[in-house]
Amino acid sequence: MSKVTEISSNAQTIAQRLGIAKYDIYGATTDSTSVQVDKGEPKQVKASNRASVTVRVWNDQGRLGVTSTTDVDERGLELALKTAAEASAFGATEHIPDFSPEATAPLPEVDVTLAEAAPVGTLIERLVTAEQALLQAHDAIASVPYNGLAQSATEHFYVNSDGAQRSEERTSASVYLYTKTEQEGRKPRSGHAVRIGVGPDNLDIDGCLKEATDKTLSHLDYEKIESGKYRVVFSPEAFLSLIRAFGNLYNAQSILDKRSLSTADSLNSAIASPLLSVYDDALHAGNVGPETFDGEGTPTRRLPIIENGVLTNFLHSAGTAKRMGAKPTGHASIGAKVSVGSNFLHITQGQPPETSYSLDAEDNVILIDELQALHAGVNALQGSFSLPFDGWLVQKGQRTSIESATVAGDFRQLLQSIIYVSPEEDITPSGVAPHVWVEELSITGE
Amino acid sequence: MTLAVPPLTSLRLQEIPNQTYQSATDRFDASWAAPLSTLLGLGRSAGADFIEFFLERRNYISCMAEDDAITSISPSLTTGAGVRVFKGKSDCYVSTNDVSFHGLKAALEKGLSIMGLLLPATSAYVPEVTLEMFRDYGKTKENWLANCSTMQVMGDVLLGANASVEKAAKHLQARRTAYFRDWQEVLVASSDGTFARDIRLTQSVGANVLCADGEHRSSIGQRLGNTSDPSFLTAWDYGTTAEELAESAGKMLYADYVESGTYPIIMANHFGGVIFHEACGHLLETTQIERGTTPFMDKKGEKIAHESLTAWDEGRSNESFGTIDMDDEGMPAQRTLLIENGILKNFLSDRAGSVRTGHPRTGSGRRQNYTFSAASRMRNTFIDTGDHSLEDLFASIEKGIYCKKMGGGSVGATGQFNFAVDEAYLVENGKITRPLKGATLIGEAVDIMQKISMCSQDLSLAPGFCGSISGNVYVTVGQPHLKVDSITVGGR
Repeated sequence: MSKVTEISSNAQTIAQRLGIAKYDIYGATTDSTSVQVDKGEPKQVKASNRASVTVRVWNDQGRLGVTSTTDVDERGLELALKTAAEASAFGATEHIPDFSPEATAPLPEVDVTLAEAAPVGTLIERLVTAEQALLQAHDAIASVPYNGLAQSATEHFYVNSDGAQRSEERTSASVYLYTKTEQEGRKPRSGHAVRIGVGPDNLDIDGCLKEATDKTLSHLDYEKIESGKYRVVFSPEAFLSLIRAFGNLYNAQSILDKRSLSTADSLNSAIASPLLSVYDDALHAGNVGPETFDGEGTPTRRLPIIENGVLTNFLHSAGTAKRMGAKPTGHASIGAKVSVGSNFLHITQGQPPETSYSLDAEDNVILIDELQALHAGVNALQGSFSLPFDGWLVQKGQRTSIESATVAGDFRQLLQSIIYVSPEEDITPSGVAPHVWVEELSITGE
Repeated sequence: MTLAVPPLTSLRLQEIPNQTYQSATDRFDASWAAPLSTLLGLGRSAGADFIEFFLERRNYISCMAEDDAITSISPSLTTGAGVRVFKGKSDCYVSTNDVSFHGLKAALEKGLSIMGLLLPATSAYVPEVTLEMFRDYGKTKENWLANCSTMQVMGDVLLGANASVEKAAKHLQARRTAYFRDWQEVLVASSDGTFARDIRLTQSVGANVLCADGEHRSSIGQRLGNTSDPSFLTAWDYGTTAEELAESAGKMLYADYVESGTYPIIMANHFGGVIFHEACGHLLETTQIERGTTPFMDKKGEKIAHESLTAWDEGRSNESFGTIDMDDEGMPAQRTLLIENGILKNFLSDRAGSVRTGHPRTGSGRRQNYTFSAASRMRNTFIDTGDHSLEDLFASIEKGIYCKKMGGGSVGATGQFNFAVDEAYLVENGKITRPLKGATLIGEAVDIMQKISMCSQDLSLAPGFCGSISGNVYVTVGQPHLKVDSITVGGR
C-alpha cells in the first residue's frame, strides 16, 4: 500500500470513528538529499525523509477547522482530525471554503519522467568538480561560498470525503553556484547561477558553471553610476521576480481582501502596454515537475492573466471563484484561509512591436540582471518598489558593471511604460520570460 | 536536576535492533537517556568524531482577523528529529519525522553511511555514551502551554483590536491583526555527554492597516513579541497600538516620494536596530567566517566601528523575542559582547563554527526546526546606549532624513546591505518638516559602522524574524536613536 493510500484509508477510518462526515486532506511526502562543498572537500550533507498533511474538517454547522501535522501515522492523524474539529467551532461564518467542484475532474495529461537518485558520493564529486572549475576560471575568483547540489523525490496528494483521491510523484534536482572575488584594491564582487532538472543526471551543471563564471567576470571591472533616470531592461529572471512580487494585481483573494492594486472591476481594463502578455502555466514544458492539481484538488491549466496589456483573468481558488462568479483556476493552497498564488508564469510578447530595440544599438541603457531584497524593497500594497540590483550600464553593446545601485518606481506605471518585449524567451526555474524594456526608471548610485 | 538513567551494560551490535525502550512519547524526559546513549555509542563505534541528536515537538497556532471577522485559525502539530554526524570538519545532517528508536537508528545509519563510516562487526560491543545529568530548563515551564489563550480568547482579542483600529483610523481600506503562539519542546543529546531539554513559548501579535484616498495609499504595521508569558495576548494594549498605527498611516498617506541621494540620517530606536542586525550582526556569525563572506573575519581586537558604538548579543533579555535558555545544541545561552567602543571583541559561534574557525561557542547554535542543522545565529542583538540626547542628534542635522519605522532588510555575500524605511521624515535645520515614502537605505557594512557617530540614551528592543542558513528564527533587534553621518538613500 502506498503512503498516500495508507493515509487516505487511515483518515477515512478515523473520521468515521470520530463522527466527522466531511473532511479533506492535502499532503506531501519528500525524500531529499543535498550536498555543499568547500575548497574541494565535502562541507555538509543533508538528507531528510518527511511527510506533512493539512486536514480540513467541516462541523455540523458547516464551519471549517484546519490542522497541519507532520505525524501521519494513525495517532498523529487522529490528533489532527480532532484538533481540526475543535478549531471548526471558531471557523469563519461567512465565505466558508468548500470542496472544489473540480476536485474529481479529469487531470491534464503531462509527460513526466521520474529520475533515479544519485549516490551522495556522486553528488559531492560533481559539485567539487564544478567548484574547482570555477576557482580555476580566473585568479580573482577566490571562493564559491554558496554552492549546493540537491535531489528530491516528492509525492503530493489530495483526498476528500466525497471520494476525490489524486496523487502524483515528481523528482527534481538543482545546482547553484555563487562566487566571490578578491582583488587588491577592489571591492569583492560575485556572480551566481542556478539550474534545475528532473534528476541529477540531466542537470546542466556545465551551463550553470559557465553562467556563474561569465557573470562573475563581467562584474570584475565595475564603476559607480550617476543617479538619474535611465532606460531599463529587465532580464527574464528580474522581470519574473518583480511581477511575482506584485502578484496581488491578479490575485482574487487579495482583491476580496481589499489588499490588491486591482479591484473586481479591473478585469478587461488595460493595465499594461499592449506589447505585454502574461500567462500562468503550471503545465508548461519548461516547468520541471509540473503539478497537475492544486491544494484543493483542482486541475491546473494555462491561464491568460494579461493579454495584449489587458487584464483578462484572476487567479482563483474554489472559494474566490464562487464569490466572484468565476471558475477555480488551480492556484489554491489549502489552509484555514485558502491562499492563492501563481504556479509558473509565462511572460511573452503581446501585440507585435512597431519598433525593435537591441542592446547592441542603444546607448545609456541599464540592464538589470537580478533584483535583490524584494522582501524589503517592495511595497505591494502601494505599488512602489526601491530595490538594489546587479546589472550593467550598456553603451552600444559594451557592458560596464555597476558598482552598487537601486532601481525605484511604481509598478503600475512600469507596466504602462514597457516599450519592448523581446521575442526570445528564456526558461528559468520559476517561469519563462523574455527581456523587457521600460522607458524610464529612477536609478540611485552610491 | 534529574539523574540520567545509568548506562546499561555494553550491547553487542547485533542485539541493538531487539532493544525495546520505554521512552515517553508525549514528552522528552530523562527516559530518553537510555536509547540515545545507545545510539550515540553506535555512532561513535562507527568512527564518527561527534554525534548529536536534536528532538523536537511543536504545537503552533495562528489566528487572523480581517476587518470584522476571524478568517483563519490554524493549528499545526510537529514532531521530528535530526541527527548530525561529524567526521573531522565535515558533517552530515539527517532529519526524520520518525522519533521511535528504530526511526532514529535509521537516520543515524543513513548519516554514518553518507559520511562513509561503517558499523563494526555485529559481534562487536557498542560502548554507550554516558550522558550528563539531565539538564531540564523546561521543568518550570510545564504549564505554559495550558495557560495560553484559548481559541475563543484569541478571536475576541483580535476582533477587539480591529474594532479599535476602525475607530482610530481615517481613510481605512483594510485592517488585519494576526497572532501566533509557538510552543516548542526540544531535547539535545550528543556524544560529548550533553543531555538537555527546554520548553520555549514564543508569541507575537501584529496589526496592519491599509489606508487609501484616491491614488494615495499608505500601509503601516506594528508587531509585538514575547517569550515565556502565557498571558501575553490578553495583556496586549491594542488600543494604543491602534492609535499609533492610525497616526502613522495618516501621516504617510499623502507623503511625497523621497528624492534619492546621500544624506545624514537619524535612525529611530526599537526596530531601527535592524541596521546593526543586517549591516554588522550577520557578519559576526562564524558561518560567515567559514564562507569567507565577512570583512571582519580577521579583525578581532581591531577597531571596526566608530568609538561611540558598543553592541551586545544576549541569549536572555528578559522576555524579549530572541530569548533562549539554551541553544539548539544544548549549550546555555551566553551574553556576548560583540563590539566595545568600536573594537571587535567576539564572534557568535555554534559547534560547527567552533570546529571550523576556532572561535569559542557562545550558545548561539540555532535552527528553525528539526529539518535544519544548527548554525551560529543572533539572539537579542542591540547597540548599547550612548551619551547624547535625542535633541543633540536632531540639532546636528541641517538636511537629512529621520527614519522612524524600518521595514526589512538583508546583507549580501559581499557585505552590501539594504533595508526599506516604512515611515520617514525630512529633517531640515534640526526639525522634522514633512513625511517621505519609498526610501531604501543601501551601503557597505564596513563603511557604515564607521559612520554611526552619535547614540542617544533611549535604548528600545523590538521583535524580528531572521532568515538565514538554518531557517527562520525569532530574534530581537534594538538600539537607541542614533545618527549615521551619511548613507545612500534610494528613492525616486
